[in-house]
Amino acid sequence: MRIKKNIATSENGFIFNPATGDSFSANHLASSILLSMKNGEDAGLIKQNILEKYDVAPEQLERDWEDWLMQLKEANLVEV
Amino acid sequence: MIIGITGLNANDNPGPGIAVIRSLREAFSSDLKIIGLSYESLEPGIYMQGLADKTYQIPYPTAGTAALSERLEHIHQIEKLDMIIPNFDSELYNFIKITPWLNSIGIKTFLPSHEQLASRDKINLFEFGKKHGFMVPADRQLNSLNDLQKAGEELGYPLVVKGKYYEAYVNYTPDLAQKSFHQLSAKWGLPVIAQQFIKGTEINIAGLGDGKGNAISVIPMRKLYITDKGKAWAGITIEDNELIELAKNFIAVTKWRGGFELEIMRDADGDLYIMEINPRFPAWIYLAAGAGQNQPAALVKMAMGEEIVPFTEYAVGKMFIRYSWDHLVDIADFQQFSAFGELNITKS
Repeated sequence: MRIKKNIATSENGFIFNPATGDSFSANHLASSILLSMKNGEDAGLIKQNILEKYDVAPEQLERDWEDWLMQLKEANLVEV
Repeated sequence: MIIGITGLNANDNPGPGIAVIRSLREAFSSDLKIIGLSYESLEPGIYMQGLADKTYQIPYPTAGTAALSERLEHIHQIEKLDMIIPNFDSELYNFIKITPWLNSIGIKTFLPSHEQLASRDKINLFEFGKKHGFMVPADRQLNSLNDLQKAGEELGYPLVVKGKYYEAYVNYTPDLAQKSFHQLSAKWGLPVIAQQFIKGTEINIAGLGDGKGNAISVIPMRKLYITDKGKAWAGITIEDNELIELAKNFIAVTKWRGGFELEIMRDADGDLYIMEINPRFPAWIYLAAGAGQNQPAALVKMAMGEEIVPFTEYAVGKMFIRYSWDHLVDIADFQQFSAFGELNITKS
């Protein structure tokens, strides 16, 4: 799943979709995942980094990841 | 340069006059004198500093073109107007009609023709869409409650009921639709229009056509905060080629001359419905100037005979947030305008 090219993100977690005018606030982790996705990083690698950095079980991360992708779709931030 | 401008009613259903004046002040600075043309003595723009230098009352559109011409002739004798920019839908018919006379006394305009004006009228919008391949919600003209009942059966609920010139209400029941019908027919006359409800995201586009089919400027804006009258109280410029192409297509097929606003609804499938076409700049037109495309200034330049290169870029993500402000007015100014129909606000 690819983040739309024109989505603007800032260091403080502000996300702006210039095509719809929608804006969102993301916490530190969400904005860093979004930035990684925007840079074309592989989902597996992003998840691996999260597992190394945070105290989370792989099964839990998978569930959260699915939820995260759903939110990105709903927010119209990913290519379809 | 001396320009007469209407639409000074900066209230909760604002006319575009103030935004047009701000745009022009930004472009022409000290070379510009603005003559406000107002219908009512409580239009805020009459009394606001730094906008209209002087304001004159003009007769309501229902008084006809003879009364309008007579008043404008008087104003022109004093002010030597170079141009007039009318900003209300309801006054455009008269201003277009007297355009040859205005030209003959040296006052320029940059307006659509009567045919262009009529083609996009709410009453003709569905046919207009059919003819040119635009998606427009189905509608019905209502001249009686029987018509309303029939329209409700055919178009279903919720049903949008719109005034001939202004205002629209979304009605979820036949009772509410009846109330809207009575309210709007009393205020704006018949016919009232019933329109199919389209659920989606409201987007407006401000555009400027050169009258030859070329788009000089197109700025799409997503409404972020909408008042109970359906007006944008906050908005943001967005980047969307589909919207820009739609507006360019509108200009190409109509050869639109002047400013206009397309009111668009994007439904869940991404289809773009034209809900309404306003034949003048919108009240949020200063956002276009702020985003890098000063449409009112370009319109003035075209009226003065300049060739304008179409704008190609604008700032995406530029926002406007409207606000209300209690402007204090001396009773003497109000009395002056109410009694004599003119006020020079720059004196104080």
